[in-house]
Amino acid sequence: MSLALSILTGLLFASGLYLMTHRSLTRIIIGFGLLGNGVNLLLLITGGPPGEAPILGRTGELADSVPQALILTSIVIGFALVSFMLALAWRSWTIDGSDDVEDDVEDRRVARAVRRAESDRPDGEDVESMDPSSPQQSTS
Amino acid sequence: MRMLLPLPVAVPLIGMAVSLLAVRHRRAQRAISSVALVITLLASIAILVNVTRAGTAVTSLGGWPADISIVLVADRLASLMLLLGVAMTSLVLLFAFGQGGTDEASPFYHPAYLALAAGISLAFLSGDLFNLFVAFELLLMASYVLVTLEGNDEQIRSGTSYVVLNIIESVLLLSAIGLTFAATGTVSMAELASRLAELPEGLRVGLNLLLLLAFGMKAAVFPLFFWLPDSYPTAPSPVAAIFAGLLTKIGVYAMIRTETLLFPGGQQGLLLIVAGFTMIVGVLGAIAQADMKRIISFHIISQIGYMVMGLAIGGPAAIAATVFYMLHHIPTKTSLFLVEGIIERHTGTSNLDRVSGLLHRSGPFALLFLIPALSLAGIPPFSGFVGKFALVTAGFEAKQWAIVGVSLLASLLTLVSMTKIWVGAFWGKAEPAVTDGEPVGILRSNKLMSAATIAVVGSSVCIAIFAGPLYSFCESAARELMDPSAYVRAVFGR
Repeated sequence: MSLALSILTGLLFASGLYLMTHRSLTRIIIGFGLLGNGVNLLLLITGGPPGEAPILGRTGELADSVPQALILTSIVIGFALVSFMLALAWRSWTIDGSDDVEDDVEDRRVARAVRRAESDRPDGEDVESMDPSSPQQSTS
Repeated sequence: MRMLLPLPVAVPLIGMAVSLLAVRHRRAQRAISSVALVITLLASIAILVNVTRAGTAVTSLGGWPADISIVLVADRLASLMLLLGVAMTSLVLLFAFGQGGTDEASPFYHPAYLALAAGISLAFLSGDLFNLFVAFELLLMASYVLVTLEGNDEQIRSGTSYVVLNIIESVLLLSAIGLTFAATGTVSMAELASRLAELPEGLRVGLNLLLLLAFGMKAAVFPLFFWLPDSYPTAPSPVAAIFAGLLTKIGVYAMIRTETLLFPGGQQGLLLIVAGFTMIVGVLGAIAQADMKRIISFHIISQIGYMVMGLAIGGPAAIAATVFYMLHHIPTKTSLFLVEGIIERHTGTSNLDRVSGLLHRSGPFALLFLIPALSLAGIPPFSGFVGKFALVTAGFEAKQWAIVGVSLLASLLTLVSMTKIWVGAFWGKAEPAVTDGEPVGILRSNKLMSAATIAVVGSSVCIAIFAGPLYSFCESAARELMDPSAYVRAVFGR
């Protein structure tokens, strides 16, 4: 098992996951691209040492062909997913000019309720100091 | 039999291809979908009958020996779930015909729906982990399309988080499969069953947890459920009904396979905690909501908790209870979403503040809601009672008092939130007001939608009526699951 490949896999996983935590769909797509390649490399590493093409009649150290078949399948699936996400990002952009992933309805409802509760309080100027403890995240 | 097993996967896929060719012809697409699903339904009935009579059926694709080819395996659990899945997809298709509107009119509704059906069948039948992953991807890809079919603001918003979360789940699952392959050199479940047992303890627990994490996200169990209540309600009603009835249950099915075949009795303590929290958090979420679709979406989570509970208790009695619970849950949940779809079609909203007095419009229609609602809460004559009773009995036998207490409490809270829908939507003054001289029944205004809903509710009632024989079938399915060596013998023919 190659050390360089293992480290590269780790790096791809880390950077891919980091990008996927962002709100912009474009970054998420790039993150998924990196992550997908990381997984493909992981599958490749699982196949063990490299060797001859596993064709009937060949002799010597043959490579394990199963991981390669798995990688091919996962590349095809990854391609479909990336194209679909690009379409989503484009559609999101035509609707409101941004491709950010928004909070869900419930989060926004809770945030609104918290804001309302705070504005009802007599000492309204104290609102800022309360913010960190409240689940108010939406900035849309 | 060898030709029979691939049919539930192949026929919808061929149907999908033909349907894509007929993109401009809605009638042709409808005919293709109907024919494909009817053939699939007949095939799955034949499979179930065969499996009951002759035991686990195995087909190696391409005729290769079982240890190097892709195998499809149908044991009792798989064929039961397959039949239920295909029956629900067929009935919901009927409902979608009746509803018409923008979703079904989209040229890509039918191809995506057939791909979804193929993915569901493949997930139940697949005999190796990687093929299971492919099945998940197939049905997820179709579900992405169906969730965002209208492409409006709301659907894109919730669709995006649905897609992103499921992609993370897929990546997790694929890495888990890759690591399992690295450790054992195989992805065939039958071979894994013996080879995983030889691994060192730590590695085995690690692989088990990774797989459970991926499947748990799909099944929407406690810490991983947050994507569900946001994405299901924005989907069109027939689509949401299929998702609610089947997709999460495929996650549970995969969890059952992992915990009985691959890692027998692996993580029961963890699953027990997860089950308790899933039940309570799901039902509390439901109580807090004011929108029907969101309430019943949260109920899915709570119900998943019951299935995980049986799995966590372990033993043939508890597994049989889990299988029966899935059997009861699929039609019951589907019918609740269909009823909600009719309400939404009739009143234009699913918000409880804006709908009321449906009882005055149509008594029989109210009954269509009442039966699955009471069944879900576990009130005696209905199927949910049998499932919960079996689970609680199994819990008592295993002396797991805490989880039994939690499940009974969650069941009570389920009743509370169902009462909320009943009081909000069915009781009270009819609103929007009934138009003069037009007291037309809700059921009669759209016969196709009503017929489909009645059929689904009917199947739920039938499960209650034939609970005896069905339960003994679930028991023999559970006995099969508890004996992994039988599965291995069936696959390798030795």
